[in-house]
Amino acid sequence: MPSVAESTLGVRADFPIFAGRPDERPLIYLDSGATSQKPQVVIDALAGHLRDHNANVHRGVYPLAQEADAAFESARAQIAAFTGATPQTTIFTKNVTEAINLVAYSWGRANIGPGDAVLITQMEHHANIVPWQVLCRERGATLRYLEVDDRGELSLSALDAELARGDVRLVAFAHVSNVLGTINPVAEMTARVRAAGAVSLVDGAQAVPQMAVDVEQIGADFYGWTGHKALGPMGIGVLHGRGEILQEMEPFLTGGDMIASVDFQSATWNELPWKFEAGTPMVAEAVGLGAAVDYLSALGMDRVREHERSLTAYMLEGLARVPDLRVVGPPEADGRGALASFTIGGLHPHDVAELVSRSGVCIRAGHHCAQPLMRCLGVGATARASVGVYNDRSDIDALIDALLAAREVFALDAP
Amino acid sequence: MDDLYRDYILDHYKQPRNFGELEPHDLEALEHNPLCGDELGVHIRVCDERIVDLRFQGHGCAISQAAASIASEELKGMTLAEVEQLDADWMIDLLGIPVSATRRKCALLNLKVVRGAVTGDHAWPT
Ligand SMILES: Cc1ncc(COP(=O)(O)O)c(C=O)c1O
Repeated sequence: MPSVAESTLGVRADFPIFAGRPDERPLIYLDSGATSQKPQVVIDALAGHLRDHNANVHRGVYPLAQEADAAFESARAQIAAFTGATPQTTIFTKNVTEAINLVAYSWGRANIGPGDAVLITQMEHHANIVPWQVLCRERGATLRYLEVDDRGELSLSALDAELARGDVRLVAFAHVSNVLGTINPVAEMTARVRAAGAVSLVDGAQAVPQMAVDVEQIGADFYGWTGHKALGPMGIGVLHGRGEILQEMEPFLTGGDMIASVDFQSATWNELPWKFEAGTPMVAEAVGLGAAVDYLSALGMDRVREHERSLTAYMLEGLARVPDLRVVGPPEADGRGALASFTIGGLHPHDVAELVSRSGVCIRAGHHCAQPLMRCLGVGATARASVGVYNDRSDIDALIDALLAAREVFALDAP
Repeated sequence: MDDLYRDYILDHYKQPRNFGELEPHDLEALEHNPLCGDELGVHIRVCDERIVDLRFQGHGCAISQAAASIASEELKGMTLAEVEQLDADWMIDLLGIPVSATRRKCALLNLKVVRGAVTGDHAWPT
């Protein structure tokens, strides 16, 4: 086993994109927070399904259709097991955005009314803000925000105070912030929400790819995540829900596959999880995500987390050597996910991202779909470097060198 | 030397011309770059259907700031009818650097805000 101190899992060769770039420049990919690269096993699973097992699911009696069915449902079982959930309560969606919208429409419209409040936090991605804004506007409810403190953290006592007001019906928050990197105390939070008689939704988009997640232990009523950040293909996301609540809910999208029977004027709903999966689903993508979670399980999520934690610590040390650079979010790698967002005095984040890309370094710049948070931080945009299983210290060294070179282009140290 | 970050671009970025407030002014507008959330505003003073003075406000990347600064020097003295005719090529040519597809909006934000102030048309220049 590779030594943890070297901060490498030694798996880069599993990811063909690093070998296959047309230009001479190496690919220094530090944007896994936006989407992960894909290992060969995922690419093979996706292509293999389309090549050898493709048929529509759920209705066919011939052997090929049964293979497709089996592939789809066994992917669901693999994915559910990966996150400690049951297949019945593991619903496939397009991405986490759709998972959150599903809850906002199906649960929200039936359970939120005038005078009720939805509580979210200042560190949410637009995917976990806008659906609640729309719901609250439509239902005459209010949307309130839990504050983020100077360390980029939420306060449990502030959560208690909000819940004590008695009007909060739903609390939605990120497991790991995509801007600050903050790892929120999700189990403590969901327990408080439950005790107050409210429903919780956790956005696990950044968490599932980088740490062991057990939705049963976390205890959220809804937990959503997105496949493409977890080494899987784009076009597949997951919503885990508490069985009793899912049973009560009306469907989100309607049409084929999600029904039990259809009459001229009405229909009855299929059982879980298919009640929430209208139309032909993303079968190959589910198979691909199944291969991705198997790959991650084989690496071991605790090892993945330790690798990314120590690489993030190394990155924070390196960033501290760049003059006028300010990192936002928790100061220590222990309390943060595998990313760092930062600003450099005198350099706009877009120029930073553009300049480091000259050395093959891929980082993201902008508001990271978190404009309310940017406003709280008092910045228009940040640059963000995020690491994945395939990164090692050489990528971080390249980033730091490129940042120092970027300052030189702008002659920031000139008198 | 860097292709994009030429000396004159950095010069306009670090010392932007015609930035600040202009009081009183006859026209104004404020626009956002959706890519980064950057804001750029403009105040314009008009006399006889001609821009006699203008100031930009806001902050952004080197491309958007330099573009606004460089454009401001050209816009002074133009008639409103001339401003209405300005298109994206005018701005890109004026900037004189190879602007990639993703940075195009950075370069065009100032023209968008000026056209917005003058014509009320808030579409991206084409
Ligand atoms: C915390 C968080 N939530 C939600 C999303 C949205 O993910 P998707 O676009 O896959 O729905 C992202 C990804 O950008 C994210 O980082």
